[in-house]
Amino acid sequence: MQKITREQLLEKACALLASGEVSCVLGWGAGEFGYDVTPTVFKTAEELKEGFVFGDFCGVNFSKYLVSKTQKLEGKILVFLKPCDTYSFNQLLTEHRFDREKVYAVGIPCEGMADIAKVKAIAGEGIVSIEAKGEKLLVTTLYEDAPVEIDAKDVLAERCVNCKSKKHVAYDELLGEEGDVLDSARFDEVARLEAMTPDERFAFWQNELSKCIRCNACRDACPACTCEKCVFDNPNSGVENKSPANSFEEKMFHIIRAFHVAGRCTDCGECSRVCPQNIPLHLLNRKFIKDINEFYGEYQAGAEVGARAPLVNYTTEDLEPGEVFDRRGENA
Amino acid sequence: MLKCSLDKLQALFAKIAENAKLYLPIDNSDGTASYGEWSEGTAWSNALNTTKSPKDFFFPQTEDLMKFKTEGKNIEVIDVRRECEDFVIFGVRACDVKSFDILDRVFLTEPRDSYYAMKRAHGIIVSVACQKPAETCFCGTFGIDATEPAGDVTAWKSEDALYLRANTEKGSALLDKLADLLEEGSDEAVTAQKEKTKKILDKLPLKELTTDAFGGGKTKELFDDPAWDALSATCLGCGTCTFVCPTCQCYDIKDFNTGNGVVRYRCWDSCMYSEFTRMAHGNNRLTQKERFRQRFMHKLVYFPENNDGMFSCVGCGRCLAKCPISMNIVKVMKKIGGNKGE
Repeated sequence: MQKITREQLLEKACALLASGEVSCVLGWGAGEFGYDVTPTVFKTAEELKEGFVFGDFCGVNFSKYLVSKTQKLEGKILVFLKPCDTYSFNQLLTEHRFDREKVYAVGIPCEGMADIAKVKAIAGEGIVSIEAKGEKLLVTTLYEDAPVEIDAKDVLAERCVNCKSKKHVAYDELLGEEGDVLDSARFDEVARLEAMTPDERFAFWQNELSKCIRCNACRDACPACTCEKCVFDNPNSGVENKSPANSFEEKMFHIIRAFHVAGRCTDCGECSRVCPQNIPLHLLNRKFIKDINEFYGEYQAGAEVGARAPLVNYTTEDLEPGEVFDRRGENA
Repeated sequence: MLKCSLDKLQALFAKIAENAKLYLPIDNSDGTASYGEWSEGTAWSNALNTTKSPKDFFFPQTEDLMKFKTEGKNIEVIDVRRECEDFVIFGVRACDVKSFDILDRVFLTEPRDSYYAMKRAHGIIVSVACQKPAETCFCGTFGIDATEPAGDVTAWKSEDALYLRANTEKGSALLDKLADLLEEGSDEAVTAQKEKTKKILDKLPLKELTTDAFGGGKTKELFDDPAWDALSATCLGCGTCTFVCPTCQCYDIKDFNTGNGVVRYRCWDSCMYSEFTRMAHGNNRLTQKERFRQRFMHKLVYFPENNDGMFSCVGCGRCLAKCPISMNIVKVMKKIGGNKGE
């Protein structure tokens, strides 16, 4: 499914390590079953040859790791960035969250990543290995004698079905062909929620957010959540909590987080990918993005470094709060 | 061996629910399953396991311990403990049943935890043998037989019937109440099913995983293993692994200010969190590597050291399925344990 191969990336990584341009590589490490890929710091060509993989399950966005890794690791870090990852990369640079000089970014094309839950829904449980073959995935399970052949496009992750851009907005070097910003249907689900009555919408979010187990994976994976000490971890904040104390408190956590990343969220989709309870958290962020687009004109966080985001900028054309309220009438 | 035909399953559930609250795995709309209370028509999920383990029944994620009410200069201490009624947890897998033994070691050794003990005394566990283990399963590594789960009652589900065997007095008492719906069943159907499942267990990809390199007394050997650096390098420090784990049992006690008093409650804590076991002098584990190492050393070395060799992992595979970066106890055991064998 992916047009760029593991071998091409491996060759590039080994060459950059050998020349001394970079001292380590942030890449994808092999798992046990073909889909359980672990982001890994590789320091030598031998480590890369043994453990580096690339394929349809390499959805992890490495950009956030640069915040801590550029501080901890010596020398330059080679990072592979898919198009959507480059938006997070730029947004972090805009917020001065890592030293650009310590990173060598290689843009790589992406054909969309697979969602293992969708693979299981088709191929069944007990997946022991997955092999890409052209546009197909060959899935070997404990329960089928022969590998189950599925179309890679049928198991694309939601964020890839609604891919917003195949264009890289940041890199030192690009492998493969450059793509374009795409028209996507990513706001359709938000529009569906907007069309609900307030009670229906409340019930929807009540149901979803009540599943939260407060593991903080959404926050910890989010490239826009880079506070060194999150207010929810700070015992002196008065709102620090390790558990969903009640349903109000739980909604507060997610809604405050969505507000905090509003205008900075690039819609990379990591929050929903990592949620162990399958809460569609990205919809909260997309609601803000859609509103910002409608109120202030199209804006894509991370499209360029140093952009004045609408929520931190003032222009005389800015709409007044009253106009926002009018827009939705009773459903506002 | 008793049996209940599957078309009488709802009647069986109804009968159980006449005398006690009945909880069982129920399908969610997103393809996952969680434990929920049975009511008329609630279907029993076919899922191998629930996202969260059943430890919540005995050790809930949040639980009030006591309340304080202030009036003028008086403080009234209110005991919120109440005698709880019997409840039945139906459909518990072998791994999760074993996790209760591990939790018992923590909460029922002196000083006993009365909150846990109360619920444990009133909980009746009906386990069910696995038929379709997943690639992430490795309960065999910890000596658990997925075809022969423990519990007050053990159940095996065949094509047309549910076979039931009481293992304890509590279990016999439960089955006695259900006698109208049960008939004598032969062991043969169960034996045949167990054989079939065992063939799959033999094919599991993690079948060869062993605990040989771990156990009490290994602290010195394993603590400074250089592999911890690489293993923990990309850990996000979220609490997913600890919160889906059936054996993680660490908690924090906190006071919630109600305005005219205090509710003292406990909630699950995670050794992955930066504020975990924070002390007056600050934190004793300052880096994610130390926190990460603590979790696995606890399960594989410290716990067995203090509990007659009992590991505090049951191989349920939840952390394998749910960790955002797919780092987990299997990868740790292969890397750290593997080094020792060479």
